[in-house]
Amino acid sequence: MDTTTVVSTGTEGKTWGGGNEPLKASYGKMMMWFFIVSDALTFSGFLAAYGFSRFKFMDTWPIADEVFTHVPFFHGNYPMYYVAFMTFVLIMSSVTMVLAVDAGHQMKKAKVTWYMFFTVIGGIIFLGSQAWEWGTFIKGDFGAVQTNGGNILQFVDTDGQRVALGDFVVAEHKERIQDQRKLGIWYTGESSALPSYTIEEVLHGLEQNEHVLVRTQTINKHGHKTVLSRAESIKQIKDNGKRVVEGANLEVNEYGSPLFADFFFFITGFHGFHVLSGVVINIIIFFNVILGTYERRKNYEMVEKVGLYWHFVDLVWVFVFTFFYLV
Amino acid sequence: MGAHAHKLEIFRGLIKFKSNIQKIWGVLILLSIITAIEVALGIIKPEWSMKMVLRMKILNWIFIILTIVKAYYITWDFMHMRDEVSSLRRVVVWTGVFLIIYLIFILLQEGVYVEEVYKEGYIKRDF
Repeated sequence: MDTTTVVSTGTEGKTWGGGNEPLKASYGKMMMWFFIVSDALTFSGFLAAYGFSRFKFMDTWPIADEVFTHVPFFHGNYPMYYVAFMTFVLIMSSVTMVLAVDAGHQMKKAKVTWYMFFTVIGGIIFLGSQAWEWGTFIKGDFGAVQTNGGNILQFVDTDGQRVALGDFVVAEHKERIQDQRKLGIWYTGESSALPSYTIEEVLHGLEQNEHVLVRTQTINKHGHKTVLSRAESIKQIKDNGKRVVEGANLEVNEYGSPLFADFFFFITGFHGFHVLSGVVINIIIFFNVILGTYERRKNYEMVEKVGLYWHFVDLVWVFVFTFFYLV
Repeated sequence: MGAHAHKLEIFRGLIKFKSNIQKIWGVLILLSIITAIEVALGIIKPEWSMKMVLRMKILNWIFIILTIVKAYYITWDFMHMRDEVSSLRRVVVWTGVFLIIYLIFILLQEGVYVEEVYKEGYIKRDF
């Protein structure tokens, strides 16, 4: 009844005898590698497009360490420290992941469990930091004016220190209603909330405060943004100023070219989504380890495959860190 | 367990580790040092590194090279590429590197061209 007929082909152990592993890697591991190659191409597409836009606006692109200067719970100007911390967290969680893989090879269930746990925690800390980073970026801190041509004008004092709009502009009493589709022409409307000040108030404030100057986006030969003279500053705001910008969204941002914020949201967002899915997958594997799935399977290769994905996420961050924050 | 044998040397044998775990920590230290150097250079921005070489500041070239070094150690040691057969290594690395370099070349070339048009063509941007 239950006799299975097995025909011996006489090719067992030979190349075409079956059971071979091409490239000496199991199916799952090889496919994970191929997925990583294709995903790496997606990310390079994003980063290369960022490079394209940056080269296109070479002499007006925002300077990253003037944008990302915040550290939670501290006031002041700390360029890059927080991103460096995030990088370290991700590398650290890569280390605990690789330690989990190593413990898996030695079939040490308890160790794998703990290392997986730490990896998940690292991922969560990273995600939290990124959410904070996004929040700070969206909120903005100084405010700026956008010109008719779409350029951004920022404000500095005579020492070159940035000045926030709130420091020199006084909001007057006003009855300005947000432009909604139902109130105006059907296809127009204002997507973002009304800024705290109108362009007239900014001009008025600028005229009142003699130590405030306008800074344009153009980078001079010393690598700094160009600061205009007092007369030119007032002229720029008066002739070209169109709207007050506070913070950042997909349409406009106070840091400079709108594309800068667009790429920030898309690239770090896409990476953050990878981290999120990595954390979810890691949690699933973590519970599988606790339940003893791999103990029964007598190998922990699943941990290794997920580990490959997790390291890849770390690898991508190394490049995002360089091209978004350093270069 | 022959399949789990690890190669324990980095820097072409200059540093040899006693165990895989020791190697992992060694690579972590290396990666942390590189990141620290990057951040320090990014904050100090030394004068000598502001010179342009091949259309880019020396500092940016340093960042890119250090990043590739980091990527190498993450792939080779954390992702165990060092322990895979060379054919798998080539399938993954050569394919990726070739396509990425090609993509970067095309897009940056085009970006430089568009910038030139903006700058020297009759397009008014400052208004």
